[in-house]
Amino acid sequence: MLEIKNLHANINGKEILKGLDLVVRPGEIHAIMGPNGAGKSTLASVLSGNQAFEVTKGDVTFYGKNLLEMLPEDRSREGIFLSFQYPVEIPGVSMVNFMRTALNEHRKYNKLEPMSATDFLRTMREKKELVEMDSNLANRSVNEGFSGGEKKKNEIFQMAMLDPRLAILDETDSGLDIDALRIVANGVNKLKRTDNATILITHYQRLLDYIVPDFVHVLYDGRIVKTGGKELALELEDKGYDWIKKEVDGE
Amino acid sequence: MSEAILDQVTQGEYKYGFSSDIETDIIPIGLSEEVVRLISAKKNEPEWMLEFRLKAYRHWITMEMPTWAHLNIPEIDYQSIAYYAAPRKNAPKSLDEVDPELLKTFEKLGIPLHERMALSGIAVDAVMDSISVKTTFKESLNEMGIIFCSFSDAVEHHPDLVQKYMASVVPYTDNFYATLNSAVFSDGSFVYIPKGVRCPMELSTYFRINAMNTGQFERTLIIADDDSYVSYLEGCTAPMRDENQLHAAIVEIVALKNAQVKYSTVQNWYPGDKNGKGGIFNFVTKRGICKGENSKISWTQVETGSAITWKYPSCILLGDNSSAEFYSVAVTNHHQQADTGTKMQHIGKNTRSHILSKGISAGQGQNSYRGLVKVNKNAENSRNYSQCDSLLLGDKCGAHTFPYMEVNNDSSVVEHEATTSKINEDQIFYCNQRGISTEDAVGLIVNGYAKEVLNQLPMEFAVEAQKLLQITLEGSVG
Repeated sequence: MLEIKNLHANINGKEILKGLDLVVRPGEIHAIMGPNGAGKSTLASVLSGNQAFEVTKGDVTFYGKNLLEMLPEDRSREGIFLSFQYPVEIPGVSMVNFMRTALNEHRKYNKLEPMSATDFLRTMREKKELVEMDSNLANRSVNEGFSGGEKKKNEIFQMAMLDPRLAILDETDSGLDIDALRIVANGVNKLKRTDNATILITHYQRLLDYIVPDFVHVLYDGRIVKTGGKELALELEDKGYDWIKKEVDGE
Repeated sequence: MSEAILDQVTQGEYKYGFSSDIETDIIPIGLSEEVVRLISAKKNEPEWMLEFRLKAYRHWITMEMPTWAHLNIPEIDYQSIAYYAAPRKNAPKSLDEVDPELLKTFEKLGIPLHERMALSGIAVDAVMDSISVKTTFKESLNEMGIIFCSFSDAVEHHPDLVQKYMASVVPYTDNFYATLNSAVFSDGSFVYIPKGVRCPMELSTYFRINAMNTGQFERTLIIADDDSYVSYLEGCTAPMRDENQLHAAIVEIVALKNAQVKYSTVQNWYPGDKNGKGGIFNFVTKRGICKGENSKISWTQVETGSAITWKYPSCILLGDNSSAEFYSVAVTNHHQQADTGTKMQHIGKNTRSHILSKGISAGQGQNSYRGLVKVNKNAENSRNYSQCDSLLLGDKCGAHTFPYMEVNNDSSVVEHEATTSKINEDQIFYCNQRGISTEDAVGLIVNGYAKEVLNQLPMEFAVEAQKLLQITLEGSVG
């Protein structure tokens, strides 16, 4: 579904991605790991269309369509979801209003009628349970006054509502205590099907105890330098990234 | 990025810019004692009213336009304005007698003049140019003793009330524009709620400027007698024209013992085009007095229109334990300028006032909050809390805050908080990532920002106001 070829991207003139290749097929879970500054979050930003980043070279297709030509909102409507590392607060905008606007924009894009208020509220109740979200959380403003854990649960809740074909979870485990981590991971696992895929961006192996990846990629200096199965994550946990750096830099 | 987005979102079109082809009785341009007499004669006014107008006129010619506001006002030639214009067929007895063009105009504006059509249960007084064309639900309100009619009607049928209260809150010497209004005002609404009556429906006046080269000078007087309650709403639009048109109105509110008046405005006069050509000069004096103890006046305004707005809905807190509120959202886009705020004057003991002002500037708009909180020596244990927030969309607009405070006793507390923020690209991107376009995202964020004020509006109008905010800012973020 997703094909990334030789992707190069800059921020403020500094090259971060330096020829990244990746293929994701339906039903797969890919973990992307790597040291700080390797370009993990840049990849998430570029795929979701954050205009702070400039793509200088390469192609990205999503189900055959040129992703790089699409507006961020159209990428979302095509089924790409980003769980933000730092979800922003939008004061005065209730989660209900926000989610209803977003969902109906998706439906409009897919030539469906807007969802009725009752159906919407019912769906919201169901999906909230998936991440054990406090019921009154949904009536509060978007992320306003949410704790770190609540913000991350809220991201997964939104993912459940929008039912994406490809979910990119950017450091979703950072700042979570062990209970919240379990809840978030359970949510992601329950949403997994054979027709959707997930990219997990993470520093630590511990998330992968809960969400088992099909592939683990090591991102270093703007490129994927090593790919393996879930045992690669354990090896990284054990030995750190230095041996990979040496392998790559020694080439 | 924000440049292009801002441009897109603030380039919205004014929806009410059409003009209607209605036979109009319009007097020659210019202002003189003869003109004042002519206006009074056209309205068949009693002698006392003419005298009032003449006193005001004679005072006005000694005055000069105020220049203290943070506004760039072009020279106004007061002799090139026509001071009276009226749809020719006036004073219809039933809807069948109303000029069909006129009905169409109000229909286009979404104002229900047909009582059967007024599903929302709102009584409407429609004012076109200088004249009130139709007041709905008059009879059913009459049964409760509520008077809701045009100002001219009130002069004719309730002269005692008019004489007692007119100019009791805004004296004819008050300021340049109020004095001008006192000399030439044409029509407006009059409301009287008798003792102990809770008005069962929203009362609203809809003002429409149609004729060219005219000014609109309406006057509204609301009196809430002891233990009564009324909620009142005012709306306004005007055609798109290249020249500037002057609107100088007066609103006076009197709240007697235990009375409560809630006054809401959605002001959408034509703001001029993108380059700042044309638009209404909205120079308005609005003031209420909490005359009796425990009385309460609440102003809510959503200001999206006009080329220039100069407006400070204020309260005199005379009665002990009285309270006043001022909630405001003011938007300036393109070349619009607004200098708006309030004055809270605490005179009675234990009086309370609350100010919440939300300014939104886009394009090259300039938005100023100007407020005065004055606590007199005898106003013991009084409280004021003011919060003034400004939101900037883009980097060519401006937000300014001018709070003045004067506290003359030791037992009162006055607090002021102010914030300025820019619309955040991260917030917009977050919305985009969920499938919401930038334009809709700006609408959501701005409405969220203004929510506390919009929540004060009666339900139907809150929905309208939300849409209006979004339309006003269409094309302002890129």
